[in-house]
Order: sequence, then C-alpha cells, then structure tokens
Amino acid sequence: MADIQSPLPGTFYHRPSPEDDPYKSNGDAVAVGDVIGLVEVMKTFIEVKSEIAGTFSGYAADNEAPVTAGQVLATLDD
Amino acid sequence: MTLKIVKSGLATTIQDLGRPGYFHLGIPEGGAMDRLALRAANMLVGNPEDAAGLEAVFMGPEIEFTRDASIAITGAELPVMIDGEPRETWTSITVKAGQVLSFGFLQAGARAYIAVSGGIATEPDLGSRSTYPIGALGGVGGRAVQPGDELPVGDAPLVAEGRSVPPALRRGPGNPAELRVLTGLYWYRLTEDAGRRFFEDTWTVAAEADRMGYRFKGGRPLDFVDREPPFGAGADPSNIVDGCYSYGSIQVPGGTEPIVLHRDAVSGGGYFTLGAVISADMDLIGQLQPNTQVKFVNVDMETALAARAERKATIAKIRQELG
Repeated sequence: MADIQSPLPGTFYHRPSPEDDPYKSNGDAVAVGDVIGLVEVMKTFIEVKSEIAGTFSGYAADNEAPVTAGQVLATLDD
Repeated sequence: MTLKIVKSGLATTIQDLGRPGYFHLGIPEGGAMDRLALRAANMLVGNPEDAAGLEAVFMGPEIEFTRDASIAITGAELPVMIDGEPRETWTSITVKAGQVLSFGFLQAGARAYIAVSGGIATEPDLGSRSTYPIGALGGVGGRAVQPGDELPVGDAPLVAEGRSVPPALRRGPGNPAELRVLTGLYWYRLTEDAGRRFFEDTWTVAAEADRMGYRFKGGRPLDFVDREPPFGAGADPSNIVDGCYSYGSIQVPGGTEPIVLHRDAVSGGGYFTLGAVISADMDLIGQLQPNTQVKFVNVDMETALAARAERKATIAKIRQELG
C-alpha cells in the first residue's frame, strides 16, 4: 500500500471535467507520472501525479472535497 | 552567485516591499503579501529589510545554490530541507555551494518567504523587483520563476547560523482567523440588518484567493437599501458610479461573496466597498489557506491605529532581537 498525498491545499476533483469519468478506477494500473486527480486553488487546476507505480485501490478523499497539503488523496497497491 | 531554480512550486515570485506611488495610474504597490515575514527573513540574513526575496505560495520551490550563502525562511510553516535534512523556519541557515533547498508539505499558513544574503538582484521596474505578472513588471522579465531560471544574488558576507525570531514575535492567523474592519464610505448602502449579519457570520476562504484579492463565501447574502440607480451605476444594487479602491477594501459583487483587495489589486471600479481590513491585519490575509474560517470584526479608527502601532512595535522588537 502506498499513499498519494495532496501537494497543496485546495479543492480535490476525481475527474478532468464534470462530464468525464474519474481519472482512475479500482484495479487500474498506475504508472509514474499518471494523473490521478486535480486540486483547484487560486483559480488554477493543478494535476496530482503519482510518483510511484502500482494498482489503483481507491480515492481517499471525496470528489469536490476541501483538502489540505499532505492529505492522502488516493491509495495504491504494490 | 545565482539561485538555480530546479522546481518552481506553484507560483513562486520575486517580491520586495513593493513599488508605492503609482496606484493612481492603476499600477498596484505589489510586494510581499506578508510584509512582516519578508522583513524578518531579510533581517535574519543581514539584508536591508526591503531586499528582494522569494514568495512561495502553498508549495515550496527547489533551489540549488552556486555559492555559500546565508538563507532564512519565514511566514508559513513549510518544512525546510537542505539536501533532504530538516532545518528550522524563522532561523538563519548557512548553505554551501551545490546544496539544494527543498520543502515538505505545508503545515500552517499559506506563503513562505525565502531570503538570501545579498538579496535577489534582478532588474527593478519602477523602483521595485516585485513581480506583477499582469503588468509584466519586476520578477524574471515580468513573470514568476520557472525551472531553469538562474536568479542573480548580490554580494554580502554570511551571518552567524542559528539566529532566530522568537516564536512570540512570529505572527499568523488564528482559526477562525479574525480580520479587523473599518466600515467605509459606502456602508450606508447596506441595510442595518445586513451590516449586522456581515460581522456575525463566519466566512470561509474561497478557491479564488490570490495576490489580487481574497474571496470569502458561506455568509448570508447582504441586502441593500432601495435606491434610484445613479446615472452610470447600473441596476445591480452593489454597483456604484466608479470610485477608487484602497488596499484591503471589501467589495461584495451582487451582495453575495465579499472580496478583500490585496497587494496586486486594481485601483478602482464600480462595486461598492463596505469598508476595509485594517493595515495591521493585511499580513494575516496573506497566510490564509483556502477553506479557512474567518470572522470580520468591526473596529473604530482608534483601534485600527493602535493595532498599526502594535505591529510596528513587533517589527522593532524583531529588529532589536537580531540587531
């Protein structure tokens, strides 16, 4: 198990836009550099990228939830 | 000597104490949003208090030093690392040529200030190195720093390592943060009930919060006194015939979400302003994260001036401690 943490405070989104599917679903392969979500702050959307490879095992923060820097956003299985 | 920007963070900008004197032309004063923190960082490394440093918001940059230097990081609690080893904030640090400064996850506050002995020596515009991206003034050719930039730094002797600002003199917002407000020229536009609610309600920092202004949400909408719209103001009750804005002034477009104007704000426009956050509390706004709770507190001029004197005294005490 490994955690993907938010690099900064803001609002977390699972999807690139409201009409799109979430970036990742349970069981998806995650490569280093894959985008797993967006954090919005100061009218800017920042892509949250995985720094490790693994299998996606779920979002730990809700879509559109306020998040703090360092908060776990998603988890991966090795 | 240069600072090599390895990673730039979110919006890391060169800031000093700004370029006063041009607001009447629409060019904002700019400069550090938490001026006390920038002054303290400069004092820690032996710089003039108005020397240029870096303002990093929410995320730190990664910086390599090409020469030995004294540095200090103040403002937000953003864990400091030199070559991966944790170091103290609000304290002078000696770095060796080739060492790399990086940061952990933000723990408190919003903006960290990085001062380096000698100060950043980019070309000033209108008397200041402060970055104003919209006007392409200051900074690195008018913009925020980017990976690959090499920022020139002035020559200066190193200072003793471990000089530190006592915790009691480090100022940050509480939770909920309290921002003191003087009501202003257009206060009469609000109904008595709406005016009372503005100060009663707890507001939350919205995502739209940057160097130009901080937006707040979550309080009850404000009602306006009925009127015949003056010529040129338009039908919306929150509109006025254009007027001047001050730093800290609070506009409430449509009566729903207050916006406090900050260092890079526009100098005028057509929204009524219900008052202004007092100068002593403007630094605190620079340290608010999104989703932080805020109460606006109604004060009079006497209280505002006393708070201004108190803030000045705090800066004088830091100067004395590090002198």
